[in-house]
Amino acid sequence: MNKIVKEIFSPSMRLTLLAVLASFVFGGVLVAFASSEVQTAATYLFARPGDFFLAVWNAVFGAYDALFRGSIFNYKVDNLLGMIKPITETLAYATPITLAGLGLAVAFRSGLFNIGATGQIVFGAMFAGFVALNVPLPAGLHLVVAVIAGILGGAFYGALVGFLKAATGANEVILTIMFNYIAALLLAFLLKTPIFQAPGSQNPISSAVPESAKFPFIFGDQVRIHGGLILMLVAVVAVWWLLNRSSTGFQFRALGHNPSAAKVAGINIGLTYVLVMAVSGALSGIAGATQILGTEKFLTGGVAASFGFDAITVALLGRNNPFGVLAAGILFGGLRAGAVTMQANQGVPIDIVLVVQSLIVLFIAAPPLVRSMFRIKAEKGGAK
Amino acid sequence: MKQSLRTPISLAVISLIGLWLLVASTGATTMIKTATDTDIFALPDIAINTTVSSAIAFALMVLVAAASFYFARKLNKKTPLWLILIYGFGLIYGILVWLFAGATMPISALLSGALALAVPLVFGSLAGVLSERVGIVNIAIDSQLLAGAFISALAATLSHNLYVGLIGAIIGGAIVSWVLATFAIKYVVDQIIVGVVLNVLIVGITNFFYSTLFADNVSLFNQPPRFDRILIPLLGQIPVIGPVLFNQTLIVYLMYLAVAGVWVALFKTRWGLRVRAVGEYPKAADTVGIKVFRTRYISVMIGGALAGLGGAFFTLGQVGAFGKEMTNGAGYIALAALIFGRWNPIYAAFAGLLFGFAQNLQYGLAIIGSPVPSEFLLMLPYALTAIAVAGLVGKVTGPAAAGKPYIKS
Repeated sequence: MNKIVKEIFSPSMRLTLLAVLASFVFGGVLVAFASSEVQTAATYLFARPGDFFLAVWNAVFGAYDALFRGSIFNYKVDNLLGMIKPITETLAYATPITLAGLGLAVAFRSGLFNIGATGQIVFGAMFAGFVALNVPLPAGLHLVVAVIAGILGGAFYGALVGFLKAATGANEVILTIMFNYIAALLLAFLLKTPIFQAPGSQNPISSAVPESAKFPFIFGDQVRIHGGLILMLVAVVAVWWLLNRSSTGFQFRALGHNPSAAKVAGINIGLTYVLVMAVSGALSGIAGATQILGTEKFLTGGVAASFGFDAITVALLGRNNPFGVLAAGILFGGLRAGAVTMQANQGVPIDIVLVVQSLIVLFIAAPPLVRSMFRIKAEKGGAK
Repeated sequence: MKQSLRTPISLAVISLIGLWLLVASTGATTMIKTATDTDIFALPDIAINTTVSSAIAFALMVLVAAASFYFARKLNKKTPLWLILIYGFGLIYGILVWLFAGATMPISALLSGALALAVPLVFGSLAGVLSERVGIVNIAIDSQLLAGAFISALAATLSHNLYVGLIGAIIGGAIVSWVLATFAIKYVVDQIIVGVVLNVLIVGITNFFYSTLFADNVSLFNQPPRFDRILIPLLGQIPVIGPVLFNQTLIVYLMYLAVAGVWVALFKTRWGLRVRAVGEYPKAADTVGIKVFRTRYISVMIGGALAGLGGAFFTLGQVGAFGKEMTNGAGYIALAALIFGRWNPIYAAFAGLLFGFAQNLQYGLAIIGSPVPSEFLLMLPYALTAIAVAGLVGKVTGPAAAGKPYIKS
């Protein structure tokens, strides 16, 4: 317990919290700027400055209050389900983000800059969707096989990059960016063929996933929390074990620290590249599977949404530590869930989330910038 | 040392496409329509038998592949670039004639559509060249294009002046690239992270202002004028390519200048030599007195300014008004063009044109009702670039210090 308290008050954690705070302040400035009440009050700023500041307060407080009510706890409704529904929405968003973020954390720790979560999610969703939609199996078994297919799909697409890097020395950043687009276009094509397209439909959308392949809801049909959440929590622990307790994970990290030294130590670099990318892709593949089999229940071209980018930010914010990734995933899941309410109630565009999220990552990545904003002196020993 | 057989083998394998074209061709006739209204003299339409053209394309590809083997084994040399270009020409020719079998291929319309799509790609890839040549990886091209498009629309609407819009675009692109440079140089943040994040940050900011500011007051903020086309006398009357290349808006002519200008600046001036030195080996450059950081800032920001111009083409050159996420990932294709063009401004420009052509082809094919799915044409830039970085056709390596921060000790 003491250790946790220490961690929370550690300099690096303090910088993280300040970075988040600064990003929200900047988001508040944007909200105030866009509010028509603030704009009106600004025209007679010098006559009645109080009005202006009141308008700013109302706009910013209204927006963040809606964000809170949409993501954590809605105190404005009078039934329990309505009150706790926001937090369940947050967890529903957090599930794919955290899974894909874990995948990227594995790759980042191993020195591979995998930008390809989007493509790997798409492949996971396609494989899982193919089994769910086209392979008739008994209930229970169907879901398991579909999830495994999703894992294999993501792992295959990730491993392909690892293989190309190992065999030709190609840069994984460029490869994964290109592969993201190739995957998205392949999915768009397949959604127009009988492989995925719902019979009789003119739109690029599959038919609904059959009951036998759906993740069961945990708390009844009213809340979107399904078995994928449990899978995600298991994955957090599994990745922690893999990276910190297993010898494979040791090899991964050795590769990340110093590839030449790892090679001298007898680690098969090429094989490790493939393995790292397979594990990384597999986790994104699960994210894709949980989306189609749990949350969305259809396969569409937008299955990967913005999860690929979210995953990058989550991995960075969580400092590539599985539990950190979980915390960051819940934070960004909350932002996503809350932004929906914020847009509906306060008319603040949902895009504000992208701004806040990007700023958090930029600030986290540049500690000197945050220190100078808050006039903190650098800690001795160069704390990051 | 023996030459690698990677290139010859790859060429031989890709030749199978030519063989497939030959087998799958029906012997139908493709008409190539070359005439346009402004020609001094109109070329007649050309009729080509698809079987014959497929055979020619396949033969060309096999010959080049054989020559490539000869170069590698007998002469112990790399396959020269012109041979690969001939190969590419044969492949494209064969595929095009085959795709339009039994129909008319409107070559001028295809090319002018391709150029329109290529303009932002070319500007974007120049931004990438200037940035990566000086050692800063630029994944953020898309955000620079988007910022240019946004600010140019806003500035041109507010001032009712196209040139103010262009200057706004230049400043907008430069500011985004300044942020990239600052985080990369001053805060030593991983350049790929900054690039990825910037792309999303600018999407967020422009979307936000689009929804809050532009949506309700279109005439006030988002109704810029558009550039007219300028027909250049004589050059504009050359058959086929004249109207495509020389009946364009100011921004396109600026693009020609920019491609040539960046090439000259990088390879024929002292400044360019310094830029490349900083991108290859900053420590050595520093030792001989080149200001590494300043060179990096300047080159990256000039690149951003050019990308801003490319962004202005979306608004002032084409659509007029700014639209949400209107670059539609063009910055990533520009990145692909830059790599496919091997960090050379002229090759990158041609790669941009090729990718623009591939994207535009889908519209030409849609008109004749071709069954070829558009997704595969759209996939082409990404697939070709993946093949290129995997080193299947020659070795592709960027500047040595790209992506590595320089820490002065």
